[in-house]
Amino acid sequence: MALLQAINPLLSAGWQRDGHEWRLENDSGWRLKDYEARGGYQSLKKILAAKMSPDDVIAEVKKSVLRGRGGAGFPTGLKWSFMPKGSPEKYIVCNTDEGEPGTFKDRDIQRFDPHAVIEGMIIAAHAVGAARGYNYIHGEIYELYQRFEEALDEARAAGYIGQNILGSGLSFELFAHQGWGAYICGEETGLLESIEGKKGQPRYKPPFPANVGLYGKPTTINNTETFASIPYILRDGGDAFLNLGKPNNGGTKLFSVSGHVNRPGNFEVPMGTPFPKLLEMAGGMRGGRKLKAVIPGGSSAPVLPADIIMDCTLDYDSIAKAGSMFGSGAVIVMDETVCMVQALERLSWFYYEESCGQCTPCREGTGWLHKVIQRIEHGHGRPEDLDLLNDVSNNIMGRTICALGDAAALPVLSFTKHFKSEFEYHIEHKKCLVPREIQKAGSIFHTRLMAGATC
Amino acid sequence: MLIDKNMLSEATLKKIDREVAKYPADQKQSAVMAALIFAQDEKGWLANETISLVAKYLDMPEMAVYEVASFYNMYDMQPVGKYKLTVCTNLPCALSGGVHAAEYLKGKLGIDFNETTPDGKFTLKEGECMGACGDAPVMLVNNKHMRCFMAPEEIDRLLEECK
Ligand SMILES: Cc1cc2nc3c(=O)[nH]c(=O)nc-3n(C[C@H](O)[C@H](O)[C@H](O)COP(=O)(O)O)c2cc1C
Ligand code: SF4
Ligand code: FES
Repeated sequence: MALLQAINPLLSAGWQRDGHEWRLENDSGWRLKDYEARGGYQSLKKILAAKMSPDDVIAEVKKSVLRGRGGAGFPTGLKWSFMPKGSPEKYIVCNTDEGEPGTFKDRDIQRFDPHAVIEGMIIAAHAVGAARGYNYIHGEIYELYQRFEEALDEARAAGYIGQNILGSGLSFELFAHQGWGAYICGEETGLLESIEGKKGQPRYKPPFPANVGLYGKPTTINNTETFASIPYILRDGGDAFLNLGKPNNGGTKLFSVSGHVNRPGNFEVPMGTPFPKLLEMAGGMRGGRKLKAVIPGGSSAPVLPADIIMDCTLDYDSIAKAGSMFGSGAVIVMDETVCMVQALERLSWFYYEESCGQCTPCREGTGWLHKVIQRIEHGHGRPEDLDLLNDVSNNIMGRTICALGDAAALPVLSFTKHFKSEFEYHIEHKKCLVPREIQKAGSIFHTRLMAGATC
Repeated sequence: MLIDKNMLSEATLKKIDREVAKYPADQKQSAVMAALIFAQDEKGWLANETISLVAKYLDMPEMAVYEVASFYNMYDMQPVGKYKLTVCTNLPCALSGGVHAAEYLKGKLGIDFNETTPDGKFTLKEGECMGACGDAPVMLVNNKHMRCFMAPEEIDRLLEECK
């Protein structure tokens, strides 16, 4: 990780690989004193000492071309500038409800660098004039919720949060809110409903959270990695961050690589890095097998066949041009042992399960998609099923309150487009093109090799 | 341990109070998710009586609390075994043995998903992405403890630890 430490030292500095696991140089490395020793809270101190105005902070973030790391890629500085000036009650919310299949970067940030998130949130609070914030943490990582609360205690005791921070007159209170198992709460307005103590059902937009957010008040909501990138930008400057990546795609980014590679894990690389380079960092293809397909941005992004993804660079523009989405930077790698029908069946079940049920096209459509894909997978497919899948998908797209509807449809459209022959084979022959034993060999307990490892 | 159906323990109420204090004074209901977690910890699962207790304590309509309890997957609306094991079988995990880990557990425990062993010790659940796909197979023990890289020998060890 030496290269990465040099280029963005606040994001993944000190993360090391120990066998198959990522860990810190020392187990307490996430604590305040270690974070400070790595240069942590220097940006906050600098801003306060220089009495940098909110507008100047926002200008610096705009210059960095940091784009939201939660999936939509919206420019962060611009989002902050939408917050109305002068309203007395405003909020900052961090989205750590990481549940998009394939994505596991925010967990490592919370595990190794909770103070980077805290520092980023304090700076954001200053920039938008919020006096209170919440970090919404995915239900399944309770141990990291507890760690975050400990980190908050440390930051409070050191005077980084609370009243009159470091004697500057700035006040900011920050708390953790624990989720409890609902993917839809990752959608920002579903998340706000959830903090309000309700079912996490997304709201109509507009109004956007910047105008009507938490408790009806102006709210800025960003992803964990977005906030964790802020200290670097304010310390070394927006230009420095932008130059780490490429135009329109500032900075470095954590990519979560999962699936059929030798070393799954998070890798921080400059935006614009060629995909084959990332694959190589992840140890290459498991068992030396052939790459078949990659979902480049979390399960909601369209799948890309090997020949297309191998020519891509890892940035919003290149992935979009190839017909997919950069999303959360979750790279799901599949080799030739994968049956694409079975893979899609599992994904379609996920969206069906996690639809919040508010919109008819999503609630009914996700059920239909799963039912039809399931029958194809289990040898009961009908010749007209591919058209039916297309129809149902197109009837969901763009007709729902939130983007989960599209997220359910896009995998279906892309799998059936790029791997049509496999679906047709399934329908005609009532079985997989890829023999069962081969499928099994591809996925069975890969981790047997690394027994003994714990979280 | 004797479980009193008619009240929440002092310790639980104290934890709830700490949560309530995180939110603006007029937004007590924001603590409902945490309160239900603590109530579930204390009682083992969320019976209607328990949900009513939480509602009363937070001055919320019972129906509103019930809606929250039934919306989020990790609340148990039915009794579960002493150890609830939730295995992620979503696609990224499945590519690295998630489904096989679940099959292995089913075989070992002699139960299917959503079932409890006759001795009341284990309940098995199928989970969705836990945000730890690089560490597959991944499972949760009683909602709060994540176990990673669960190869067969690791699963055996886990089952032995569950006394
Ligand atoms: C179904 C769905 C799930 C989402 N899940 C997450 C998530 O787990 N984490 C996240 O940061 N954003 C998620 N998002 C995106 C958020 O709505 C929002 O765009 C993001 O948190 C904004 O932060 P950013 O601008 O820093 O990316 C999700 C969106 C949808 C539609
Ligand atoms: S699109 Fe689906 S998940 Fe989103 S609000 Fe509508 S029903 Fe709920
Ligand atoms: S798919 Fe299993 S943890 Fe993400």
